[in-house]
Amino acid sequence: MYKAKVIVKRKKSILDPQGKAAEHGAILLGFKNITNVRIDKQVEFLVNVSDEETAKQEVSEFCTKLLSNPSMEDFEIMLDKVDEA
Amino acid sequence: MKLKFGVVVFPGSNCDHDSYHVLKHELNQETVYLWHKDTDLQNCDAIILPGGFSYGDYIRTGAVAKLSPIMNSVIDFANKGGIVFGICNGFQILTESGLLPGALIKNKNLKFVCKDIYITAVNEDSLLTKSLDHKTLLTPIAHGEGNYFTDEETLNSLKKNNQVLFRYSSSKGEISDTYNPNGSIENIAGIMNKNGNVFGMMPHPERSSDGLLGKTDGLQIFNSLLKNFIK
Repeated sequence: MYKAKVIVKRKKSILDPQGKAAEHGAILLGFKNITNVRIDKQVEFLVNVSDEETAKQEVSEFCTKLLSNPSMEDFEIMLDKVDEA
Repeated sequence: MKLKFGVVVFPGSNCDHDSYHVLKHELNQETVYLWHKDTDLQNCDAIILPGGFSYGDYIRTGAVAKLSPIMNSVIDFANKGGIVFGICNGFQILTESGLLPGALIKNKNLKFVCKDIYITAVNEDSLLTKSLDHKTLLTPIAHGEGNYFTDEETLNSLKKNNQVLFRYSSSKGEISDTYNPNGSIENIAGIMNKNGNVFGMMPHPERSSDGLLGKTDGLQIFNSLLKNFIK
């Protein structure tokens, strides 16, 4: 079994208004060194297969078909082998 | 011409009744509701995907709605040339389904914008815009994620193929940043697909189609569709 962690990121070319708002908040709080804030999404789930290649394939398909929208987002997949629950 | 319209009802749709009312009672068209779990389009001539917050708009707006059983039929119907018109959440569902290019992202100012605005038809050849009485229309918008985005290549292709239907404008039809309520690229408020049978727009013509509400510009869009539909 694999534990999957997916990070869905808005493409760099797209303005991230939430990130901008958080950046503005940082300025209001007096932080002077915080810049380029981007707010992404993290999704975690288990994949009930025994080999990594199948897990990767299935997660990638899930990301393309539902978790991300390819016209505005990219995704990163991290897989960790875990013991059966 | 009398047409049969199907208004799809997703869990969370909230403009389905407005659309039904306009088509059935203002325009005297045969109109039925189509439940999201069904797959039968009941021989409708045109399908409306109404506004709302389908499936709570979880993950992304329209992302789950595109997976409902009725959408498989709607996608088939659209690919065979059937007329599909998505309004607000319906537009978001159409971009998620891949029936229309681009995506609707969070409004630039992060606010949910609910107000009457003007849009100007910039394409005079489409089913929805061919027979408008005037090009600039007063229509309400009500969305948090109506900021239309495409990459440059898609944008150029939209323009080249005359797929942009409406842009946000002043009451006089002037198109500029000042009149852009959500940050949409080049003020785009509505588009169609290359074949000219799938339409999406963020403003709500169905909410400005009944004189009781004090504004009827939206009716022109539905009238244009009726007038130019070829059965």
